[in-house]
Amino acid sequence: MPDAAWQGFLRADGRKGIRNLILVVYTVECASFVAHAVGSGENDVHVVGFPGCYDNAYAIRLMLALVNHPNVGACLAVGLGCEYTQPAKLAEAAAASGRPAEWFYIQDAGGTRPGIARGKAALASLREKIARQTTQAPMGWEDLTIGAECGGSDGTSGLAGNPVVGRFFDHLVDRDGRAVFEESVEMIGLRDVLVSRAATPQAASELDAAYRKAENYCREVRQYSVSPGNFAGGLTTIEEKSMGAFAKSGTRPIQGVLRVSQSPPHSGLWLLDSVPDPHFMQFGYTNPNDTEGIMDLISTGAQIVLFVTGRGSVIGSPVAPLIKVTGNSRTFERMIDDMDFNAGPILIGEQTLDESAAALTDLVAKVAAGAASKPEALGHREYFLMYKHQETPALAEGCRA
Amino acid sequence: MSTDANADYRRAFRVDAADNVATMLEDVERGPVMIYGTDLPQIVDAPAPVALGHKLALARVDPGEPVVKYGVAIGLATAPIMPGEWVHLHNCRSQVDERSNRLDPITGAAKDTPYA
Repeated sequence: MPDAAWQGFLRADGRKGIRNLILVVYTVECASFVAHAVGSGENDVHVVGFPGCYDNAYAIRLMLALVNHPNVGACLAVGLGCEYTQPAKLAEAAAASGRPAEWFYIQDAGGTRPGIARGKAALASLREKIARQTTQAPMGWEDLTIGAECGGSDGTSGLAGNPVVGRFFDHLVDRDGRAVFEESVEMIGLRDVLVSRAATPQAASELDAAYRKAENYCREVRQYSVSPGNFAGGLTTIEEKSMGAFAKSGTRPIQGVLRVSQSPPHSGLWLLDSVPDPHFMQFGYTNPNDTEGIMDLISTGAQIVLFVTGRGSVIGSPVAPLIKVTGNSRTFERMIDDMDFNAGPILIGEQTLDESAAALTDLVAKVAAGAASKPEALGHREYFLMYKHQETPALAEGCRA
Repeated sequence: MSTDANADYRRAFRVDAADNVATMLEDVERGPVMIYGTDLPQIVDAPAPVALGHKLALARVDPGEPVVKYGVAIGLATAPIMPGEWVHLHNCRSQVDERSNRLDPITGAAKDTPYA
């Protein structure tokens, strides 16, 4: 992996981003129309939000992690005015990190049209502030946190798509970057393989606990992380899918387990545990869809997420660009506008895994330097914030550490 | 190793030397399949269609015996499997996920959720 350097955006809290975004965050579904109207037609504005009226500690931590994300320079929080989740608190947290921030209630603003006007005025003011305050700074691999997720997997994902991401992760870790993979529900049957990768006894104990929780969860809800499309694509069992999914972790030691909204405390490879903790209310499936897992990865401070898809997927993400990797050449050609990278040539001996990983590294460096990934260029900004129960990590270990 | 597009065989990939299945890199209707990935390429005859991404048996697997891919047991055979045959939901089951054994073997569609 060559040394890479590009200009990034230095935040007041010391984090470095590869984009300079204003994040509009709404605090209940009732505010989503106005929030999206505020963000509409603004290239540097992304919109996320939480649909529930009743608040949820996990969802609030996720939103806090997003408003203070390295790629976010300023925040506008929009509430309706009756919900539990408090937009003022989100704006306060962003402001405390040095990011310009504003918030308002749509009820106070006078409804839809005045609310949109209020939001547009706030954007103009925030944009002017970040233009004045944000400094550029050189960045390299050691400043990057990169997430990896897979979805729409088929028989090629475990043979080419995930292995090339794994090899890239090895190189990133060797360059003192931070690599985060998740989907512990796709490690079913692999407890020993997983634990044997632990960097320390403490990490081994964390990985064992995360594995057991995931397996129990799947057994209790009677749903494993495998879909009709996976089966149609040739995957027969969750064990088979798991081995293929785990390949994206590469070969380096796993430093420990992160929980949603925690940033990796130091460089190296980390497992993100997005599985709900035991609770008297069942909070549904662990990753009900790919977008939910991608948002969890972005909450660790990942500036870029790699998404491996064999069958093809047309999602993107707000806050951090999504780079789509496939190991299926047929999918790459059929969905050429959506797919960023084809690892398929590995399978027919046209490219070695190392050659393919080097090409992927070049692509990641370009996106880090400002080039739009394909989903980013198409305007994909899917997000999914859900109710979930996860024990609260100590604030010092969380997104603002 | 030839990758000549005109060759009259289809290609499959074996991940680990211990594997008793390989993954198809293209569709095969029937006939010879060249197995790449480990050791020297070998040829297995497919008696019936196997689609891209699906698995082809490299050896006989009897009911109750493990189906091995990536060097680990990804499931157990539920019917006798002969070399060259398609290995999927109709003859292989998960050791943890009971639901997947009741899906349509072609489409993967769930058959256990009522829609009426």
